[in-house]
Parts: sequence; structure tokens; C-alpha cells
Amino acid sequence: MKYAYYPGCSLGTSAEEYDVSSREVLKRLGVELSEIPDWTCCGASAVEPVSSLLTLALPARNLALTERECPGLDMLVPCSACYLNHLRVGRECAADRALPGRINEALGTEGLSYAGKVRVRHLLDVLAGDIGPEAVAAQVSRRLEGLIVASYYGCQALRPYALFDDPERPRSMEPLISALGATAFRWDMGGRCCGASLMATRRDVALVSVAAILDAAAGADAIVTVCPMCQMNLEAYQSQAHQADTISVLYLPQLLGLAFGLSDEQTLLDKNLAVTDALKGKLRACETASA
Amino acid sequence: MKNTHKPIAFVPAPLVFQDETLVEVQNMVRACMQCGTCTASCPNAFAMDLTPRQMWRMLLFGLKQEVLQSRTFWLCSACYSCTLRCPRDLPLTAAMAALKRMAAAEGDSANRKKALFYQEFMHNVEQNGRIQEMGFMCHYFLAMHDPLLPMEYGPLGLKLLAKGKLHLGGSGQRGRLGPLFAKVRSMEGAS
Repeated sequence: MKYAYYPGCSLGTSAEEYDVSSREVLKRLGVELSEIPDWTCCGASAVEPVSSLLTLALPARNLALTERECPGLDMLVPCSACYLNHLRVGRECAADRALPGRINEALGTEGLSYAGKVRVRHLLDVLAGDIGPEAVAAQVSRRLEGLIVASYYGCQALRPYALFDDPERPRSMEPLISALGATAFRWDMGGRCCGASLMATRRDVALVSVAAILDAAAGADAIVTVCPMCQMNLEAYQSQAHQADTISVLYLPQLLGLAFGLSDEQTLLDKNLAVTDALKGKLRACETASA
Repeated sequence: MKNTHKPIAFVPAPLVFQDETLVEVQNMVRACMQCGTCTASCPNAFAMDLTPRQMWRMLLFGLKQEVLQSRTFWLCSACYSCTLRCPRDLPLTAAMAALKRMAAAEGDSANRKKALFYQEFMHNVEQNGRIQEMGFMCHYFLAMHDPLLPMEYGPLGLKLLAKGKLHLGGSGQRGRLGPLFAKVRSMEGAS
């Protein structure tokens, strides 16, 4: 299995642990990644309030690069905002026949052209669908027995395009969590919005959402995420959201990496802002039990 | 939680004049049947002054100034719950973004200030090719002229610094997106 890899801007800076753990876990699972040369920002969630054409042209530039430099490969995207921005280009072009011409007129400044050939895939879709829980289970050397894990999917991996999971009641992470020996926490907040960039513009409003999610996770040992913005909102504002006890928040591939027995340099758990001593203790117990 | 949504008193705008700038977003919600699924699905509705359902109707009535004075569209966090559930399949999240663009272009100073977060972000992307989070936040603080704002972010900044997650310095893609931004600007007729 081989994919064109679009890390996105966050994974180069504040979400380095998501980038490293994704690459290491995929390597262990036999997946080859070819990073898209010269990729640029997709506009994140800031571009649509600024320009409707740029909303499509920025991700289309990366899709055009993928068509030229990585022909035939699906684009693998770990960030949910990047995923939706790239996915949306093809969807919008299918609905409006004038759009491809406008996009290509803009891309023409760089001699690029977009033909709509690239399939855009979220990391979770690839892990849960293409690779699957059996292949994941085969790599487990440290079963995470007794660990209760709440899967948090956020918004833009699920909505508005429901391609690999139920956008109202997402479950796609649960077979992966079970494959690691851990227990999936039952809750209905997996697809609830974390507030996204309201954390910067209206923190008081975003904190209400974060508090509701963290409160609902009471009883879980950790929350796992598949988006750098969800991760940041859930891990960095716990004291301001009046959470009584801190709860650990990990990226999904970090959890896989722990069960695969990857090194500290491969999981980069020390980069996370919320990892409790209780979780570290449970992980040590899992290690002892597997030894 | 107490109900903060009160009935709105307004004088309908004269319908003989069609405001061209409103047509884009009016067309997005033209088929709205006022069921209120959007409002019921919105995680941020509790903080809005107009409910999304009310706002769509007011847009169709041509009540542009009343809508632009509302904080409702600025509170959309693009979760797409309303878009997913709308029984008319209307692009409601995209309509919220279109209102943010309209408010930035035509709104009062309060609206233009709210648009700065997005504009400063995209300015940084235009310059650097890949967003430089540290530089973006510094410019945003300066543009907002709010001395308390950097203090709010202080604790998070220190945490990120301690984790080695704040990067100064540039990207190898610096300047790469300049021509694309310029072309899009000319195509959209902006200066």
C-alpha cells in the first residue's frame, strides 16, 4: 500500500507528535508514504471566510501537485480540516461545471492544472478501512488490557461528506481500539464539535463545548483524536473548562504506537499537553503484563 | 439554560430593490422551509442572538443590516451538523462563511475587526506558503490593538514553548503562493 502524504502545516509545528507517530505506525503496518513535494497550506478553516475561490484553489494546488508528482496514488491526510478542504474541491467541481475552469485559470500562474483524479483519504479511513483491525492486531506487542479509550472524531472527518463512518454516531475507531486489547468507552460525544477556531475568537463559547466533551469522558482513561485542532482544544484548555481531573488526550496513531511497542521517539508522548500519571501507570502495567 | 431568543421586531425592507451582494447567500437558503433543524443541531446556538433559522428568513426578507449586526454567523464553528441534517440539503455552513465574507467587505468596524483573525491567518499563508503559527498570532495581536489578548494566550504559549512546539523562522515555501493569491484577487475583482 502506498499513499501520497499531505501532512499539513500543524503537523510540522504544534502537532509534530501526530506526524511522527502516523509515519512510524504506518511504516510498521507496511504502508509506504510519498510526501507531496512542495505542498502548501490548504487554507485551514480560515480561508472560506476570506475568499470562495481561494477556498478551492489552495487545496487544488496540492491536488494538482499530487497528480503530477505522485500519479495514481490516493492522498492521505491526517488533519480533518485539511482533509475536508481537499475533498471538497472534487465535490464542488462535480456540482458546478464552471468551477474547474476557474480553478485552473488560477493554477495556471504556476503552470499547474487540476484534473480531479486524486482520491482524498483521511488517516482514520485508511487505518480502519484499508488496513483494518486484523492487520493492526498482528503488530501488537503490548496489549493495552484494561485501558478504557474514548474515541473522539470531531466534525470535518465526518461531515458534511459521510464517506467512511456514520456522521451522527461514528464508530470506526472502536474496532482499532479493541484490536489493541483496550476497551472502547461508550459515549455519544465522539462527533460533537470542540469549538474549533472559536477557541481563538470566542473562547467563552468554545469552552462550553470542551467542558461538555471532557465531562462526558469521565470514566475513560484517555481520549483519542484524529485532528490537530480537536487535540489542541481538548488538551490545552482543561483547567479553563473547569475540568475537575485532567484526562489524557492522545492522537490515535500514538495509541497504536504504544501497543506496537514503538519507542518514545516514535510515539512522542512527551509532546502532549495532557498525559496523566494514572495513564502512564496503566501503560507500565500493560508493559509488565506483556513482558 | 434560559431561552435567550426573543421575538424580533423589524420593518421589512422594501422588496422592490434587489441587493446584488445579498443574492449569493440568498440563493443558498432560498428553499428554506423554516423547520429549525439547523438551530436544533447547532452546538453554538446558545450564544447566538438570532437563531440560524431566524437569520435565513431575515436574509430572504432582504434585512441585510439586521443580519450584519447579529453575531450569529461569527459563531459558526463549521461543524457541518446543520448542513448534514438540513432536509432541504441547503449549504448552510457555506452560507455562514459567505456572511463572514460579506461582513468583512461591507460591515461596520466591529465586523471588520472580527474578520481580522481569518484575514491575518491568510496573510501569513500568502507570505509563507505554510502557516507559521507563531508569526500569525503575533500579527493578530498587533492588529487587534487589545493589550489583554496576548495575556490570554500567555499560559498556552508557555506550555507550547516548554514542549518545543513554537517555531520561529520561515518555511521553504515562502513566497510560493504569492502569484496564486494575486491571480485569485484579480479574478474575484478585489484590489
